[in-house]
Amino acid sequence: MSRPVHYREVLLSEPAGNLQVVESWGRTQQARHICRRCFFVDDAAAELASNSSLPVLAYGRGRSYGDVCLNDGGRLLVTDRLNRFIHADWSSGRVVAEAGVTFDDLLRVAVPRGWFPPVTPGTKFVTLGGAVGNDVHGKNHEVAGSFGCHVRSIGLARSSGESLTLSREENADLFAATIGGLGLTGLITWVEIALQPIRSAFMDIETVAIPDLDAFFHLPQYDSDWPYTVAWIDCLAKGRDTGRGFFIRGRHAPSGQLITHNDRRIRVPFDAPSSLLNAHSVRVFNAFYRRRPWALGRKTIHYDAFFYPLDVIDEWVRLYGRRGFFQHQSVVPMASAIDTTRDLLELTADLGEGSFLTVLKLFGERSSPGILSFPMAGATLALDFPNRGDTTRRLLARMTDSVLAAGGRLYPAKDATMSAEAFRAGYPAWRTVEAHRDPAIMSDFWRRVTAEPP
Amino acid sequence: MNRPPLILILGASSAIAHAYARRRAAEGAAFILVGRRQDRTSAVAADLLARGAASAETFATDLAAIDTIEPSWRTLHARFGDPDEAVIAYSILGDQATAEHDLAAARSVLDTNFTSAALWILALLADRRADAPFTLVGIGSVAGDRGRASNFIYGAAKGGLDRFLEGLRQRYDGTPVRIITIKPGFVDTPMTAKMTKGGPLWATPERVAVDIHRAVAKGKRMRYTPWFWRAIMLIIRHLPWFIFRRLKI
Repeated sequence: MSRPVHYREVLLSEPAGNLQVVESWGRTQQARHICRRCFFVDDAAAELASNSSLPVLAYGRGRSYGDVCLNDGGRLLVTDRLNRFIHADWSSGRVVAEAGVTFDDLLRVAVPRGWFPPVTPGTKFVTLGGAVGNDVHGKNHEVAGSFGCHVRSIGLARSSGESLTLSREENADLFAATIGGLGLTGLITWVEIALQPIRSAFMDIETVAIPDLDAFFHLPQYDSDWPYTVAWIDCLAKGRDTGRGFFIRGRHAPSGQLITHNDRRIRVPFDAPSSLLNAHSVRVFNAFYRRRPWALGRKTIHYDAFFYPLDVIDEWVRLYGRRGFFQHQSVVPMASAIDTTRDLLELTADLGEGSFLTVLKLFGERSSPGILSFPMAGATLALDFPNRGDTTRRLLARMTDSVLAAGGRLYPAKDATMSAEAFRAGYPAWRTVEAHRDPAIMSDFWRRVTAEPP
Repeated sequence: MNRPPLILILGASSAIAHAYARRRAAEGAAFILVGRRQDRTSAVAADLLARGAASAETFATDLAAIDTIEPSWRTLHARFGDPDEAVIAYSILGDQATAEHDLAAARSVLDTNFTSAALWILALLADRRADAPFTLVGIGSVAGDRGRASNFIYGAAKGGLDRFLEGLRQRYDGTPVRIITIKPGFVDTPMTAKMTKGGPLWATPERVAVDIHRAVAKGKRMRYTPWFWRAIMLIIRHLPWFIFRRLKI
């Protein structure tokens, strides 16, 4: 119980009944849990219904940055071994799989058969259950919407012992509450999704330089030939240069080999003594990254390099050192998008806080069935900040104010700091999910954002 | 060979067996999956089919029940024919402290891990054509290499299986029947759920499955997995008594 364990160790160790200190991905929070790792769905459902007085929370691969995957003083039901496919129809691309199956698992099986996830987050080490619970989005949001748009049905175990099937037709209210429902409505036991057909494992991509923020917002917006779009922003650029960076768009190549990604990964063997990703290193990196002669133009790269560049470095969070990092990811409606994005980038640049990865992207109109779903039509900006205590928290609070003033909201899966007021302003329908919450389930995030203001 | 290899797995819901079967499913193998619980064996079958298995039949029986081995095998054999490969993967760890005083508990460890496994193997080999190629994979354990105070009942059963397989290997030497012994160290599976895990000696079932796959492909006689157990057990097997007796392992 002394040393906090990170996701990898949580997955391996399970001393029966002992409290374990577990960190989430950002490493800014530690929480004590009784970890119960279940190898079969019936065991997991039994654990949920076990009448324990301690609240429980499903924990997949611990890739949530803040506290949506933590439950201090309670039980964590570790679901990584619920990783079996239940049914796969390779003629229609319809797959039913247990909730602990990751995008990594799915890609290995689906890609050789010419299928690809309809929507994928920026790491493949996310479980399907987590993808539903956080209603994750990808670079193709403008065309495809969020992951929840492609979920046909969900298996949900409840602490009452019930085992339900949720879909748009069956238990529709609970279906809507479960997509983006942060794992609070029950234990997601399986997920049925519709994959998209591909003819190649490779992506055609095109990169153009954007000199400033106006240029990004005046780019010819969505082009159906290029379903995947994202912009990398040099967060240290100030004044007229604010928003300078690259706009990258991609599409599945029309032909090529259907080869899956490999296991080659670089490990970060120990925690950096302090964050190696600071204003100086970010300045150097950005200067180099921006001026790479091979950056611009068209090329063809494997899906692994396009969608999951950080997966190559195992446990890259360790580069932020022991204290970890915060991420700000928000979305604001299009009307105020350009002004708010400029404001957020200026706040960051003024403080001289380097954000190693700054990503800007437009969300489309397609709405998710999920009540607490994060994406809305507008612009989403994501920035990482090494944890420097109150300085960083103050910056995050100012950024949150700016987002809320613009009618936007923060992404719970990435958040570790937003106040109850900020959450409720962004997600006015939260009480509907609270009403559907399984009484045995609770998370630190939910405790934080549903606490009554003093 | 046009027909996919038919692999019989005794203890199909074992984490190690399932991880190995997934690798073979990706190559298009066919499976007969045997286990005590139909629901879990069926879950494994569905997973293997989705991953590319040519077929995955299931059969529910208590593998450790000595008296039903012969009739179960006869039913299996009549229904599914001759497998090209068999994996003996079921086992229980038991609790040494309990088993030392509770003969039924001790017998359950011995019967499950040794007696029933040996009888299943004899049954499988009894009515095979002498010239038909066949691979038998037995999952032993590093615990079977020396008797230790902390775990000698399980260790003796696994050690017995090791001797049994060694004898079979000599018996079938020069025939197309290959006998492979796999000796894993600490593996993160439901069997070891009560142990405190973590540290460099622990391996995942997927890691062990890679080694089984290699051993089968290359026709190895015996393989420690992961590889470092070979070095560790070489030392432990050769420790003289005056040192070994003091070791609390």
